Amino acid sequence: MAENDVVVIAERVVGSHPDVTFELLGKAKEIASALGGEVHCLVVGSPEGHECLGAADHLHLVEGEHLWPYNPHAWESAISALLSQLKPRLVLASTGTVGIDLCGALAAQSGSMLASYVVDLSVEGASLMAVAQLYGGKLMAECDLGEGPAFVTAIPGSFAGHAARVDGVADATSHSHDGADARMRHVALTEPEKTGVDITSEELLVSVGRGIGSQSNIDLAQELAEVLGAGLSASRPVIDQGWLPKAHQVGKSGKKVKPKIYLALGISGAPEHLEGMRQAELIIACNTDATAPIFEVAHYGTTADLFDLVPEILDLIGG
Amino acid sequence: MLLAAVETRKIFGGTTHLERVLFYLLSLVVLVVFFAGLGLRVKKYMAGRPLDAGRFRRARVPLEKPGVSAPIPLAQTGVDIAANRTVSRRNHAVGGAHLLLFWGFLGLLAATIIVGLDYDVYGNLTRIFGGKELSFFKGWFYLGYNAVFDTAGLAAIVGAVWLAVRRIRDTKSSVALDYTRAQKPKSGYSRAAMTAGDHLFIFGLILILFTGILLQGLRIDAAGFPSFERWTWLGYTVAVGFGALGLHGSAAGSAHFWLWWVHILMALAFVAYLPFSKALHMISAPANLAVRDPGNTRRLPSPPSGHAGYQDFADFTSKELLGFDACTKCGRCHAVCPARTGGAPLSPRDLILDLRQYADRKRGIPMVLDWEERPDQSGPKNLEGRLAGEVIEPATLWSCTTCMACVEICPVGIEHVPTIVSLRRSLVDAGEMDPTLQSALENIATQGNSFGKSSRMRARWTKGLDVPIPDARKEEVEYLWFLGDFASFDERLQEISRTLARVLTANGISFGILYEDERNAGNDVRRAGEEGLFEMLVEKNMEAFSKAGFQKIFTTDPHSFNTLRNEYPAYGLDKPVMHYSELLASLISEGRVSLSGLGRKVTYHDPCYLGRYNRIFDAPRSVITSAGCELVEMPRNRTNSFCCGAGGGRIWMDDSVLAERPSANRIREAAELDVGYFVVACPKDYAMFSDAVKSTGNEDRMKVVDIVELFAEASGELALAGAASEEAPES
Amino acid sequence: MKIVVAMRQIADLVEELEVDASGADIDREFVKFVSNEWDEAALEEALCLKEAHGGEVVVVGVDDVDFDQTLFGALAKGADRAVKLSCGFEGWMPTAVRAELLARWLKDESFDLVLTGVQAADDLDGQLAGVLGARLGLPHAAVVVGLEPDGDGFKVTQELGGGVTLTSHATGPLVLGIQAARQAPRYVPISRIRQAMSAGGIEELEVEAPTARAPKVTRLFAPEAKGRAEMLGDKPSEVAARIVELIRAKGISVS
Repeated sequence: MAENDVVVIAERVVGSHPDVTFELLGKAKEIASALGGEVHCLVVGSPEGHECLGAADHLHLVEGEHLWPYNPHAWESAISALLSQLKPRLVLASTGTVGIDLCGALAAQSGSMLASYVVDLSVEGASLMAVAQLYGGKLMAECDLGEGPAFVTAIPGSFAGHAARVDGVADATSHSHDGADARMRHVALTEPEKTGVDITSEELLVSVGRGIGSQSNIDLAQELAEVLGAGLSASRPVIDQGWLPKAHQVGKSGKKVKPKIYLALGISGAPEHLEGMRQAELIIACNTDATAPIFEVAHYGTTADLFDLVPEILDLIGG
Repeated sequence: MLLAAVETRKIFGGTTHLERVLFYLLSLVVLVVFFAGLGLRVKKYMAGRPLDAGRFRRARVPLEKPGVSAPIPLAQTGVDIAANRTVSRRNHAVGGAHLLLFWGFLGLLAATIIVGLDYDVYGNLTRIFGGKELSFFKGWFYLGYNAVFDTAGLAAIVGAVWLAVRRIRDTKSSVALDYTRAQKPKSGYSRAAMTAGDHLFIFGLILILFTGILLQGLRIDAAGFPSFERWTWLGYTVAVGFGALGLHGSAAGSAHFWLWWVHILMALAFVAYLPFSKALHMISAPANLAVRDPGNTRRLPSPPSGHAGYQDFADFTSKELLGFDACTKCGRCHAVCPARTGGAPLSPRDLILDLRQYADRKRGIPMVLDWEERPDQSGPKNLEGRLAGEVIEPATLWSCTTCMACVEICPVGIEHVPTIVSLRRSLVDAGEMDPTLQSALENIATQGNSFGKSSRMRARWTKGLDVPIPDARKEEVEYLWFLGDFASFDERLQEISRTLARVLTANGISFGILYEDERNAGNDVRRAGEEGLFEMLVEKNMEAFSKAGFQKIFTTDPHSFNTLRNEYPAYGLDKPVMHYSELLASLISEGRVSLSGLGRKVTYHDPCYLGRYNRIFDAPRSVITSAGCELVEMPRNRTNSFCCGAGGGRIWMDDSVLAERPSANRIREAAELDVGYFVVACPKDYAMFSDAVKSTGNEDRMKVVDIVELFAEASGELALAGAASEEAPES
Repeated sequence: MKIVVAMRQIADLVEELEVDASGADIDREFVKFVSNEWDEAALEEALCLKEAHGGEVVVVGVDDVDFDQTLFGALAKGADRAVKLSCGFEGWMPTAVRAELLARWLKDESFDLVLTGVQAADDLDGQLAGVLGARLGLPHAAVVVGLEPDGDGFKVTQELGGGVTLTSHATGPLVLGIQAARQAPRYVPISRIRQAMSAGGIEELEVEAPTARAPKVTRLFAPEAKGRAEMLGDKPSEVAARIVELIRAKGISVS
């Protein structure tokens, strides 16, 4: 029954399939079984490397002239065309690239409901109920997506993904989409420069946020990182101010890091930042604002002033 | 021939008719040049904006003091000038030398005028109308004249030589006399001409004075030592010297003839040179002192109508243009400036010199050896560029902490701070500022505080008080407590605010606060150059005041104190404004509280906006000494206190460009004193110096405390918060 | 070049947000509403484009609480026109509704670009650029960090996450969700805003009530403090000692 099917849009635009696709597949299976439907996975453009998507009941590979590298306009028309054939109950994507770029338009075109920033999703009766993170993570909204077709874009890391990483695709279909509409064409895809800085390989990261206050105070964090033999990373505001190069950025538009210890100094914990570091084994957060969202993901926290704390740590181990 | 021995001398000794004509023609040319030069200057001042008369139409505040917030009476300025008081300040040696030269020069000027009156006016008048040329330059008058003005000549020579020796000796070692710019132009620059001009001025003056004395001697020698010339004591002494060297009679007369011309030509050249050189200060400095208004810095002038800040030459006031011309490059402002000391690109001296050069070039007024040279058309040579941004670099303008040390020490009454703020206003208008300053201003505009916290959080610090603080909007109180942002939002300072609240409650003071209706008072917003935001804050606060019932205001923050006391009256505030240090001091002086001796050795830092700006020096000191502390003064105290670096909006800007933060410089000064406590009376100081004590590694030796913490501890109500007080060394 | 900037107000996240009596929306009565920060970036980008290439900047939005402030700010910064669409809507406005109202107005306007913020803190039913693009049938892109006129269209640079950026050439008109402008939003002095206010200049248009549908919010609540950090106190020396201990316990050697 197609009207109870769940479609997952694979997020892959470079490299291999990201974790979030498996998280979405896992959730899709749960929802599909509750609805009595099947899971379809849509892969657009990328030609190979899809054996790991075995969790889906059906794999749809869409190929065409403007689809690879990623082209939002061509992707939208390709996905739209396929969805109009599949007529699923639910389309799942992430709040990453594809979700934020395309899902609003796809939902509007098909007259479907859409919920963004979703961290939880369930079937209640005939309705789909989603819980979304709003107001910079300060409030959660539970919403009723109704009984009709719906789109959900989920925040990466919200669902478990390991179980959905299954090799061996059962049913793969190739589609070709002729993106004749060339109102948008590819110019360049730029991967981050290799600067010799690789914060993803550090065991211990000292990470600084807006609370560091000024460029000059970066030196203090730098000193701490050096003494601890740690890497130095930062949240977006610090990078935007130009206080540290882009290669040091943790978060949605920076790097995803999984160190053994993540020491967050003066980071309030915007959702975009949490996305990049919540998988660290141990998170220690220092922020003078006791209500900062970083304390929601941190294992240990302190409201001591970082300018008092860091010199103390340096005294303990540096001297 | 007794009559022939009448006590007088010929004015044009041994000169021909042709030479007289030559002399008068030269004099005429020189006077034309002098007055033309002076005219150019006066026209320049007239091209500036007239003073904003609105400043004088403000309500008088009972606490206004002449020389602090009210203009200095003219008679006082006369005394200041006569005594060279502003020159002697903090430098008596130079002041004394300058005083000798000042009065010596005035004496010689008077002497020249008297001779001119006698010979050219009285003599000619009596010859034309009476048929016989008369003179009063004889007899007792002549003798007294010589005795008095020889003394003046000696005084001038001693003063001038003293100043010259000091300049030669100290140029290398003195920060003030070092002409190296604080802001280094990329293309380089040379101030060699300025140095040459200084030397020309002082040594030229010495030569003129010296040849004058020699002339006296030669004349007396040539005349065969008439006994009455002993009254011309200095000339006579020199004549005796010439005699001893074997110079007599016609040889002396001939030498006198030639030297007379050398002397006269130099003196005439000096008169012509005066309006185009450093010598101009002889006129511009007293004039500027007469129009100075110390209230101008404490209560900033409004922007020129039509645009936000200074953009062009025409935006300067006449007074500012006069002030630029008054600068003698003495460098005292350069030496005391915390920005310059910290390695920032601002030197008040360089700023004034740049603006003077810019103004003179704009007006086409030439200067003799008093300009800085550059290979390109940058800085003051950039006549078409933006005044704030190109002529003066933004970083230079943003470096100012508005601490007012420059205005305080300037011997010629230049008011640097209002000029800097007027230029900053242009930068703000163009949106050109440090990103951290921008976000602070945005926070203040939307939330009313620089912390970016919700305005509803303003009174959150009161949580934890046993006795709640009355809401002045709901009940009548005697004092309205205006906290300011730091005392309300900074966690370190909230504890101090609670201590003050407990002290006041315990002593039965009737006080209340405005809760979420208090806004940043706007002192530093205004000094950062955001005049519109300042006005908005004034309106919001005035609205809150109007809803509250109170008789007086006291503030925690000296910056808020300054604007409430000096600037808000123009917007209708008619209540006395005090600082909490005054309130605490009055509790002690009225005997309402008895303090026990803490027996500590402490030093005290005068906040700029409390001390220098508002002359409150003794109230915090009386709290300290009444609490039984031994107060050891830092070398720089009271009006010479050294800024913590936070004022004028600097606290919202990045200070990583500084080689040494002013606060660290200050803590190093205090660390020399061997005191255990660094006492402050300003929330910003508490924050700045707490950091500086750590960054300079003095954490174990010195603790930063607020006067109210000492007060509370000494009154037995509360102990200093935390265990740190036990760790801090007792002296 | 004519650039339309779609702006809006959003509850100030500096404030403590409370849930109203219905349990499904924030308590709007005492909350302060400020301009959406990403919309400010969109405005900045539009102004920079205008300054570099000439053209016109028109700011438009639905009549949210205190929206006049934002419009006057935009005019003071250099926008040429400011348009306010009023329909008496109250409470939380879904993106679908906002897009519908804007699309109706845009239908009659000519433009080369519509710029808006990449997201807003309460855009539960999708980000405006995409929804509006679909309504207008125009190409659109989100997370835009670079924009330049290029031949017959524009060169658009998007962030794809993980530091990857994508540059495309697109022929207009386009709808773009701006993540960051080429420079931080400029400061506009209060005196200029006041000048703009006294000059007036907001075009106010009454528009028909919207019909678009959106998911129904059934409950709004503060996140559970389930994974809340164990607090180490706030005494620096003690906290420092604990942190060093924790680092060592993870097998990381520090001297």
